[in-house]
Amino acid sequence: MYLSVLDQPAPTMPYFIAGYAVIFTFMLIYLVSLVLRSRNLKQDLQTLEELEKKEK
Amino acid sequence: MQAKPRWLSILDGVTAVIFAAAVAMVFFYAPEEAVMGMVQKVFYFHVSAGWVGMLGFLVAMIAGIIYLRTGDHKWDIAGLAAVEIGMVFALINIVSGSIWARPIWNTWWTWDPRLTTATIMELIYAAYLMLRAGIEDPDRRARFGAVYAIIGFISVPLTFLSIRIFRTIHPVVIGGEDPSAKGAFDMTPKMLQTFMFSLLAFSFVFADLFWHRVRLGQLADKVEQLRLKLIQ
Repeated sequence: MYLSVLDQPAPTMPYFIAGYAVIFTFMLIYLVSLVLRSRNLKQDLQTLEELEKKEK
Repeated sequence: MQAKPRWLSILDGVTAVIFAAAVAMVFFYAPEEAVMGMVQKVFYFHVSAGWVGMLGFLVAMIAGIIYLRTGDHKWDIAGLAAVEIGMVFALINIVSGSIWARPIWNTWWTWDPRLTTATIMELIYAAYLMLRAGIEDPDRRARFGAVYAIIGFISVPLTFLSIRIFRTIHPVVIGGEDPSAKGAFDMTPKMLQTFMFSLLAFSFVFADLFWHRVRLGQLADKVEQLRLKLIQ
């Protein structure tokens, strides 16, 4: 883009912010998905164990 | 599910501290690049995310080989965990690269060999998840998954080497002096330190997430077995 035009570094701060916003957001989404899936599985396990007890 | 191991809690803490330090280094320690400006700093986590993506696929391939040799189901769980984490970080790598490319290449996307092979790699592993989702029998699913992870790994060295084999505008930051590369730069000592520390931080993030994801897989396995037992 402005690479050979400017003496100063190119004004790319918005892209820097966008880049790190995306990186942190994706990582956060994955972390939350791990927590939610773990919670749901624990609930499933509890329900199934109760069912198993009733069947016995 | 077993109680959270003490070592995992320690790893959580260590990873959080190292990751926070890496963020601080990127934001406050690494200097602004003379030509590209601040967007060059995306490079530190962009490359680190790519490293974790490829590391995940490597671990999945190794887990696949061990599963086929031993038939031990825990390796199937490990393989799936590694692929899932690898996919998340490969996606971060692709998207952050696209954001970097916009001001430097003047486009969000181009079908450059590196971008193309990285996308194919991501799609290959997306198909891995789809394949698994389509097989109900756990043993068959594990066997097919292992074979697929081994064959699919071919895409990883191809992606890594694509910028060294093919003519490309993607910079080769370490050991690359291709004049046609757009966005290449020489690292100052502070940049190199930040880069190496980011790689270390992401390696810890991978180890920590992998352990958590394996535990999640073990829990899912337990639920599935109990469900099958109740159906019979």
